[in-house]
Amino acid sequence: MLPTSRSRAIARSLLTSNTSRALSATASTPKTTPITSVLIANRGEIALRVGRTASALGVRCTTLYTAPDAHAQHALSSPFAVNLGAPNAYLDGERIISVAKQQGCEALHPGYGFLSENSAFAKRCVEEGLVFIGPPWKAIEAMGNKSRSKDIMIKAGVPCIPGYHGENQDPQFLLEEAKKIGFPVMVKAVKGGGGKGMRIAMSESEFLTNLESAKSEGRNSFGDDVMLVEKYIATPRHIEVQIFADKHGNAVALGERDCSLQRRHQKILEEAPAPNLAEDIRQDLWEKARAAALAVGYEGAGTVEFIFDNDTNEFYFMEMNTRLQVEHPVTEVVTGEDLVSWQFKVAAGEPLPLDQDTIAKRISERGWAIEARIYAENPNQNFMPDSGKLIHLKTPQISDSVRIDAGFVQGDTVSSAYDGMIAKLIVSGPTREVAIRKLHAALEDYEVVGLSTNIEFLKKICESAPFIKGDVETGYIKKHNDELFAPEVIEAEVFAQAALGLLSKELSMSTTEIQGPHGEAIGFGAKNERQFRFFASSAAGGDAEPVLVSVNQSGRKMFDIEVKGSGIEASYANVVCEPKSPSISTFFPHTRIESTIITDGDKITLFQRGKQTQLTCAPPSWFEKALGLKDVANSVLAPMPCKILRNEVKEGDEVEKDQALVVIESMKMETVIRSPQKGVIAKLVHKAGDICKAGTALVLFEQTEG
Amino acid sequence: MSSIRASKGALRLSRRLLSSNSRAPLPSIPLASRSIATHCPQNQASAISVLPTIVDPSSDEYKENARQMGEVISKLEALTKRVHQGGPPKARQKHLERKKMLPRDRVAALIDPGTSFLELSTLAGHDVYPEAEVPAGGIISGIGVVEGVTCMIIANDSTVKGGTYYPITVKKHLRAQEIAEENKLPCVYLVDSGGANLPHQADVFPDRNHFGRIFYNQARMSSKGIPQIAVVMGPCTAGGAYMPAMSDESIIVDGQGHIFLAGPPLVKAATGEEVSAEDLGGGKMHTSVSGVTDYLAVDDAHAIVLARRSVSNLNWPKKRFPPPTAYEEPLHDPEELVGIASTNLRRPLPIHEVIARIVDGSVFSEFKRDYGSSLVTGFAHIYGHKVGIVANNGILFSSSSLKGAHFIELCAQRKIPLIFLQNISGFMVGTDAEREGIAKNGAKLVTAVACADVPKFTVVVGASNGAGNYGMCGRGYSPRFLFMWPNAKIGVMGSEQLTAVMETVGKSVDPELKARIERESEAVYSSARIWDDGVILPSQTRRVLGLSLMAALGGKNEVSETKFGVFRM
Repeated sequence: MLPTSRSRAIARSLLTSNTSRALSATASTPKTTPITSVLIANRGEIALRVGRTASALGVRCTTLYTAPDAHAQHALSSPFAVNLGAPNAYLDGERIISVAKQQGCEALHPGYGFLSENSAFAKRCVEEGLVFIGPPWKAIEAMGNKSRSKDIMIKAGVPCIPGYHGENQDPQFLLEEAKKIGFPVMVKAVKGGGGKGMRIAMSESEFLTNLESAKSEGRNSFGDDVMLVEKYIATPRHIEVQIFADKHGNAVALGERDCSLQRRHQKILEEAPAPNLAEDIRQDLWEKARAAALAVGYEGAGTVEFIFDNDTNEFYFMEMNTRLQVEHPVTEVVTGEDLVSWQFKVAAGEPLPLDQDTIAKRISERGWAIEARIYAENPNQNFMPDSGKLIHLKTPQISDSVRIDAGFVQGDTVSSAYDGMIAKLIVSGPTREVAIRKLHAALEDYEVVGLSTNIEFLKKICESAPFIKGDVETGYIKKHNDELFAPEVIEAEVFAQAALGLLSKELSMSTTEIQGPHGEAIGFGAKNERQFRFFASSAAGGDAEPVLVSVNQSGRKMFDIEVKGSGIEASYANVVCEPKSPSISTFFPHTRIESTIITDGDKITLFQRGKQTQLTCAPPSWFEKALGLKDVANSVLAPMPCKILRNEVKEGDEVEKDQALVVIESMKMETVIRSPQKGVIAKLVHKAGDICKAGTALVLFEQTEG
Repeated sequence: MSSIRASKGALRLSRRLLSSNSRAPLPSIPLASRSIATHCPQNQASAISVLPTIVDPSSDEYKENARQMGEVISKLEALTKRVHQGGPPKARQKHLERKKMLPRDRVAALIDPGTSFLELSTLAGHDVYPEAEVPAGGIISGIGVVEGVTCMIIANDSTVKGGTYYPITVKKHLRAQEIAEENKLPCVYLVDSGGANLPHQADVFPDRNHFGRIFYNQARMSSKGIPQIAVVMGPCTAGGAYMPAMSDESIIVDGQGHIFLAGPPLVKAATGEEVSAEDLGGGKMHTSVSGVTDYLAVDDAHAIVLARRSVSNLNWPKKRFPPPTAYEEPLHDPEELVGIASTNLRRPLPIHEVIARIVDGSVFSEFKRDYGSSLVTGFAHIYGHKVGIVANNGILFSSSSLKGAHFIELCAQRKIPLIFLQNISGFMVGTDAEREGIAKNGAKLVTAVACADVPKFTVVVGASNGAGNYGMCGRGYSPRFLFMWPNAKIGVMGSEQLTAVMETVGKSVDPELKARIERESEAVYSSARIWDDGVILPSQTRRVLGLSLMAALGGKNEVSETKFGVFRM
């Protein structure tokens, strides 16, 4: 079917669903003002996601972009794209409102993040005559303030977690409150979200430092450092309920999502329904979520987050997110509905398309959905964010049960200026087990090169037995650390394939000019042997021994291979290797292996048998000397492109190992750079506010003798 | 090219045609109408050129040949492996301890991945000097592809007697330069040598084709635009100092390469000056002070990367060779040559079977098939290169000589390279032959061979005796390359004939002499003395000729016009 005709068909069905809706709660005919044009005030996958539905509804989309996003997919997705300039301009509300008016947009969709939960902005939109596709600004304001929202919830009969949400921000006072609540406690920026401006204090002694750190992050992320203190639950689950309310006083719960799998307090796996949840508790959750929405006069899409205590089966209201969430697709899959189109309808004044009973029935029939967030980050380095160019990107085959919401294509750059989420992979199945297996299979087909990703880590979670059983909790990753971060054993064939891949790349370059008998064995006992030296990237430390691969070309496509080192020893004779750039298909004596091999400088990324391996080509013996590379042993380097937030030490200070040296910010995350050694600081290379490239020296140590 | 690709089908078709004996009567053509040409499809047309085979690998003769050839080959394999190791273990150990690469690894690192190195005269120096083993003559030479440029690579092996030049080393070096000059191959010298081998100085220094000729050749080649690149990876003392100094560009390895006219001990003896080797002629000094060398390398591997870079900047023309899609491998398996050729040279070697296992698609356009049939001539392709083949299939008669001369004239005029497959015990003798003017007719063949100015390549697949050697482009006739099969023998005549001749002229022949003549005729003996460019595996003849053709036709090579001498009529 042609895409245009399909989108028209969808639009038609969406329009007709209006009239066929017989189950609407109220009888009064709603007054609707259809939306015909929208400004999408966001970027990346969510901007594309909103644009997709808007286009299907026949709504003209205008998109925004900044200088680093000029070639981003969302900016290219619409012929109406407005340049905002500076990287942080997505936060410039007034500018965006004026763009919307200039472009003649009737409505504005804020997506998630950025201005989506900024009540002042929502208010300004209304004042300027724009339809803000989201809840009323008053609801945003009420829910945006953690302590106010808690008061409202308590009044509405929604259970809340014990804590101090008051105005007194004196650290000593907060400490006293924390003591009253009892450790462990959590300090959290009142205006924060998504784990930013949030710290946990396990004991009294860490409280004040963590408080300061949270405050600083709050100031940097959203210009506000007002903190709340709450009881910290030891084995909590994060269960949230998707709600939707219309302008006519109706609210429905579109089921719950379990988002317990988190790292750095940010979700990486989200599923619906929540596993191992008793039906009465589920219904109670939905009921409380609807009550919460009605209590604030909510309209549109919202998420009521609960903290679920695995030990007691109690749940507490945490917060309400007054926007469409990143993980909304899992709800879309289990309900079979398009939530963005619901947003447009509600904003237009239409009543909710489905009633609660229909939704519940749908959910009970539609099986399970899981979303995995593919992040540019390095799980092995405490999920340190990464950025860079996607030099190779292969995605799994899309189907009815495999969906990808992505904002990037191959060749795009994941900028350190924004969130590092590359894509969302949403997989569904009739049962949770099948969904997990399919997710694993889809992840095996997901190939990303150019930056570190969490794909391998996600696969490991899919293989983790407690996860498959549904024993989830927000501390899952920490708890199963040993299993999830068990060192990878790299098979000898991987090294063999890496060598063959590098060789065949050079061969394919030369064969266009050189033919004839070249490549064939010539002479008695002819040898045409070359040695490759690789480091497994996880072991690329100073003392790591390289793995040596000897490749002897005995025929045009025939090789003898020997792999040696790092506990591996293997040899394969008469291996036939067929290059099919960028992959090679190799017939070993015992098996055939197909590998995709992507090289980026010395970095080699292999995908074979559903597994990604990163290797590094060892530099040649002469490299450092010939290139005059500096000895950087006595310095601490920036691990990624970043901004210096502050130096924690002064020049001349004596520091201990693991002492905090510099705090940097990258991808909107704070990272503390700790001292690798005991020593004396010779020089702080950068001052607060400096922007650094990855690999630049941050701190130099005094030279120590002997 | 499609004709060759169709050859398999054509062969099948020709077999079918031969087997079918039904002849349809020709349709009668009405006289009034205009006649019409019969179309002959390509596959039918090319069927006439496909060589058939009658070789039966299950026959006793084949098996016996294969067994005997197998023995010779495995002996050669073992010998070559020993040669490949280079000098004694201790010397190699010391070499590696100094973080130097072994010379064969240097060569392997120098050439492009996926290309084959055509090593020349691997057996040079074998059993030549009673007092010393000189594996490969202490020097590795061969043709390799560097950055897409076909080059002559000459690498000293300092693990063999310190890389000093024995007479055979000089001969091998000069032969490699001769090949480079004739085929316009840029030269890369990997220098690591202690200079002339002093005890042998009389056979190394004074004569025309001795040590000094190396630098003469460098200068002459450079003048002809054949690039000379030296990589100094060890000492270059006295005369050796001229190797980098005479090169167009030179690279030196820091702390390892030294260039001086006299080393520190000699300097001290001569002038009393005490100086370290590094200060006197080290890499740092020569690249920054004297300018004798142009690039300073950290180690061998770095030097090789620099050498490759220098070659990439030669701006050497890259000729496009026929792509692999343009030709087919031989229809018949070249591996079968081991069972076709015999180590007993008195057995006839069916030369068509050999040609069928060398040329593309086993397609051979034979010229004058039925005239003078003891010499087989015709056109074929090797890896898509058109060649003329002149091959012995018996003794040379007047008729075969005339045919050969005629065919060589064709090739010279058409600028088609010539390949000689030599298995000749000589020209026919006797009254009839002399009265036919065999001397005069043989001379025509020799004249044609000597004067033909197309690239010539000779493979001795059997015997190479007497004036047959001349008529079939022996070493004296300057083929670009000359290779021997392991069973080949070369000498004025076979040892048995030689004994017989000597007995008839009244000299008694002791068995020892006969054994010596026998030994001195063998391929290994010849190759050890560089009377040829190497002993090759029969099954690899096609590949070796392919690489030789690429060397002779690639780069700046153009086939020149031939001017023949007087043919006596």
